[in-house]
Amino acid sequence: MAQPRTMFDKIWESHVIVDRDDGQTLLYVDRHLCHDGSFFAFDMLRDTGLPVRRPDQTFTVPDHYVPTRGHELDDAVDEERREMIVKLDRNAKQFDLTIFGLGDKRQGIVHVVGPEQGITQPGMLMVCGDSHTSTHGALGAIAFGIGASEVSHVLATQSIWQRKPKTMRITLTGARPFGVLAKDVILAIIARIGAGAALGHAVEYAGPIFAAMSAEERLTVCNMSIEAGARCGMIAPDETTFAYVKGRPYAPAGEAWQKAVAYWKTLPSDPGATFDKEVGIAADDIAPMVTWGTSPEDALPITGQVPDPADEADAARRAAKEKAIDYMGLVPGMKLTDIRIDKAFIGSCTNGRIEDLRIAAAVVKGRRVAVPAMVVPGSGLVKEQAEKEGLDRVFTDAGFEWLESGCSMCVGMNGDTIDPGERSASTSNRNFVGRQGPGARTHLMSPAMAAAAALSGRLCDVRELSLAPSEGD
Amino acid sequence: MEPFTSLTATAVPFDEVNVDTDQIIPSRLMRKPREDANYHTFLFHDLRYNEDGSEKPDFILNQAPYRDARILVAGHNFGCGSSREVAVFALMANGFRAVIASSFGDIFFGNCFNNGVLPIRVTEETAARLRADLHASPGASMTIELEPQTLTGADGTEYQFDVDPFRKHCLLEGLDAIGLTLEYENEIEAFEDRYRQERSWLYP
Ligand code: SF4
Repeated sequence: MAQPRTMFDKIWESHVIVDRDDGQTLLYVDRHLCHDGSFFAFDMLRDTGLPVRRPDQTFTVPDHYVPTRGHELDDAVDEERREMIVKLDRNAKQFDLTIFGLGDKRQGIVHVVGPEQGITQPGMLMVCGDSHTSTHGALGAIAFGIGASEVSHVLATQSIWQRKPKTMRITLTGARPFGVLAKDVILAIIARIGAGAALGHAVEYAGPIFAAMSAEERLTVCNMSIEAGARCGMIAPDETTFAYVKGRPYAPAGEAWQKAVAYWKTLPSDPGATFDKEVGIAADDIAPMVTWGTSPEDALPITGQVPDPADEADAARRAAKEKAIDYMGLVPGMKLTDIRIDKAFIGSCTNGRIEDLRIAAAVVKGRRVAVPAMVVPGSGLVKEQAEKEGLDRVFTDAGFEWLESGCSMCVGMNGDTIDPGERSASTSNRNFVGRQGPGARTHLMSPAMAAAAALSGRLCDVRELSLAPSEGD
Repeated sequence: MEPFTSLTATAVPFDEVNVDTDQIIPSRLMRKPREDANYHTFLFHDLRYNEDGSEKPDFILNQAPYRDARILVAGHNFGCGSSREVAVFALMANGFRAVIASSFGDIFFGNCFNNGVLPIRVTEETAARLRADLHASPGASMTIELEPQTLTGADGTEYQFDVDPFRKHCLLEGLDAIGLTLEYENEIEAFEDRYRQERSWLYP
């Protein structure tokens, strides 16, 4: 019998064009996504004088620089940002690439749009000049972020050189506790294993909790794989995956669908397949999580306290903690629920999909925000769906701003930023120093927790809020 | 790409861990053209400069012995986070051609090679020791020889390092990947022909 193989190995092997003796592999790229930050790569491509090898396999969408208050070119905050959006348009035209531009309902964050359009499919090898490309692995694909030089390489050759990463399986055991969302699960995993723990590894998430998750929840989990350093994150495709992909604009249909599904069913890791590293985590201890520091690994259950660096034996880690606490303007030992916030942001490629907005709206319904808060749908289609369901009214009635799709305050590149020293409750994926603006202090959490924080003006345990009537702290 | 063979230069000890690429270059500077006359100021911009543009004297690159540094010795998980290649552009604009750390963000690691910057992975102990030696003699030089894969610390100790043979070859020759890949044009075409038949659902 053939050696049992991991899902990663199966997909990897089926994309090998050339295996060199020196360990480098040339891999075929099924689908390539570009966004408005990819302009360096197009300039590099122009320098080579080469065309795009497979224009039909490249999809482009502006997201990082797009305005969210109004969705016309003229709404861009300045000439420079407008130019970024225009540049992508020009590049797409010049190289004959599909673009979901401003004014197209399909426009949105590249990692929301790929799955939503059915561009992302099981068994694929996908790349994008963005580290959160790991998101797409949630549907059973190898998907990873690349740099600008590599983007130009993929445009020119539809292939990419890689050294095969090691494999890591993260198995979650036990039952998912009440009030724990996909975001809590991935934050808890990263807190447990560390921000660099998966460097050089392709991660597969396994166990009944992931199997029971919706496709959108899985996208949230895989999105943050990169925050543990992983090359990519994946979840085995199953009926949930197939049901999610079916009927989407770029998904196969008819006879092609049958063929595809038959193949997709062969993808999950074989029983007995071995991974270079196995990590087991008990889900029972996971609670709604928030980050207190400046790395996604600085996450704790909301019932916890800001850690005391003095408890840290390792000098470098102690210094890092001290610095993070200082930057965040916190005091060791203070209760996380005593942290007051200035702004709340619900959106991003981690938590900007329809299910995220539904969960947040369920928390918000009938209550009022205590601080300025905004909802930025992950795509125009997410926005449209939310409006059909009346979620926009729930948010605006509560005092939230209801905005147009894009990356927005996740990274602040379009001008949506937090002021220096201000503190946000954010559903995005990075709490890095200055990520949401110079001096901005970011606390990462789930959409339910961010909604709860917006209502109470402080970090708070959504499990308590959802039981109690509106209190208006 | 400018070839890399050997480098003797001032090395700066950078003690932080998990230095993300948002730190190396803030995202609001990513839209700037590489020709921008101030590109060198983008490196670690918010750590290095006050809001009025004046230097923060505490920041190590602003200290006299390290102003000409071209080698950076960091802690673990250097260059994690965003895939922005401009992080490497900003290092290069300051003359950096080598970064040494016990681990790197994978995408940053690849971006370095693609721009002729050599990232060197060493053990946690070695990285700590190299930094300690540099702190002990501020402004000291280190030497990196790519062909024999050696680096010499501030105290004269020589270390061996690993480098991917393919990457090494490209660095030594100054080769860019696209040119190399085009030599495999026949293989790519053969792959595509077969693949399009086997995976017909991908090609409606
Ligand atoms: S939403 Fe944030 S993390 Fe996602 S692609 Fe946009 S900037 Fe990157």
